[in-house]
Amino acid sequence: MIPEIWFARLRPLIGVAVLVGGWWMLHASRAVDPVLLPSPVETMAAFWKGITQGTLGADFWKTIVRTLLSFGIALVIAVPLGIVLGSSRALYESIEFAIDFFRSTPASAMFPLFLVIFGVGEKTKIAVAAFGAALVILFNVAYGVMGARKQRQLAARVMGAPRVRVLTDVTLLESMPQVFVGMRSGVSLALVIVIVAEMFIGSTDGLGQRVMNAQMIFDMPEMYAAIFAAGLLGYVMNLVFILAERRFVHWGGK
Amino acid sequence: MTETSRRWYPEGTHITVRGLCKKFGGATIYDNFDLDIPKGRIVSVFGPNGCGKSTLINMISGILPFDAGQILFEGKEASETRIGYVFQNYREAVFPWMRAIDNIRYPLQYLDIPKGERQTRLDRLVESFEVQFDLNRYPYEMSGGQQQLVSIMRALVVDPEVLFLDEPFSALDYEMVMFLRGRLQKVLRERSVTTVLVSHDLDEAVLLADEVLLLTKRPTRVAERLKFDVPRPRTVDTTVGEEFIRVKTQALDIFQREVRK
Repeated sequence: MIPEIWFARLRPLIGVAVLVGGWWMLHASRAVDPVLLPSPVETMAAFWKGITQGTLGADFWKTIVRTLLSFGIALVIAVPLGIVLGSSRALYESIEFAIDFFRSTPASAMFPLFLVIFGVGEKTKIAVAAFGAALVILFNVAYGVMGARKQRQLAARVMGAPRVRVLTDVTLLESMPQVFVGMRSGVSLALVIVIVAEMFIGSTDGLGQRVMNAQMIFDMPEMYAAIFAAGLLGYVMNLVFILAERRFVHWGGK
Repeated sequence: MTETSRRWYPEGTHITVRGLCKKFGGATIYDNFDLDIPKGRIVSVFGPNGCGKSTLINMISGILPFDAGQILFEGKEASETRIGYVFQNYREAVFPWMRAIDNIRYPLQYLDIPKGERQTRLDRLVESFEVQFDLNRYPYEMSGGQQQLVSIMRALVVDPEVLFLDEPFSALDYEMVMFLRGRLQKVLRERSVTTVLVSHDLDEAVLLADEVLLLTKRPTRVAERLKFDVPRPRTVDTTVGEEFIRVKTQALDIFQREVRK
């Protein structure tokens, strides 16, 4: 009984083992040039060394700060707008097309425009990432508010709640699961844009710049280590949001 | 029409519906519909499927707008009246983000009464319902019947002038239904609240009512109003009594006549 439970718990690690095993075999059999594909051990060593002795930690931190800053700006702008948009069907319908068009435009296509506006530097990276994340959050908040089931709002109305209180006490809470979907997508998108911006918009730090530099000087273990760090960052951010949602929207799915 | 004539209402009548019109799409549900509902009594509404039973109480309670007509509570508008409403679907009526006790407390904040009085009212209500389970739990941790009890208590905590119940027991198992009917009758008798109950179960409609309102098919009119004056509390034993069977048989006859029309 007990071993079976343990096997079930360890099941997610099977995929990891297969991946690392396959990687190691590709490396060991020299099917791929070892210069292009260092062994998992070399990569982890580079990661560890980068964190403990090198500048990987600093780049890691820089990317986190940029991502969270742009996410924060996006949140402050998009949540109130999303609520306003979701509360009025007429307003939503009149600007849906315009927003949907911008949302469908790849944020990376906006780099040159933002460069012109904000100049080469920190502001542009954060602005583009905030722009991309804000549109995703905006839509999800608006959908959440619009799609909130009507009965609880009616219940609050009949109990004498004024319109504003129906919104704050019922509709907003009702839309929370969708808002969290928006926040998760928003933070992932912000990370993607920040990494790309670090690669191409005159950066001296950040994980994106680190990947790019390592590639240029052909330091493959270093490059894989930086990619791994970016992946880890994305995964942890998503996890944090899932845990926050489970705690805050405790009634979700019940 | 002058202000005084608009505000006039017959003695002993609580709710007056005059010239009510409502269309859904192309279908006329109500056309020039009149109705008086007496004060302090329990009226149950019964009628063919789709005749607009719920529509009627939704319009009276102010949840649903109507096309024309006038609905007054002793001469007042719905917005000036303390209304309690219990939905059929309790799962989507209680607030899952609040504990049960906070759900019940919620409407009290919109009453113009001091804080201490609010707590007194809450305590008195919990006492008169003899609640046996923990009200500090969240609705999703409770059974369906317990959730509906919370929903009923939330409607009653404000001491409503009128209570509307839209098929409140139809999604619950029989044991729970009997229990809730008992508690509800007890509290309604203590407080003599004007109550309008929509039911698709004729036994229930007769059992709980002082008066059964039978409706016709669309466009809906009042087919008949049947009095049921058996003393309370009414239990399962009431349903085998002579008077119950007489009223129920009469209601069924009228219902079948209306459905065949």
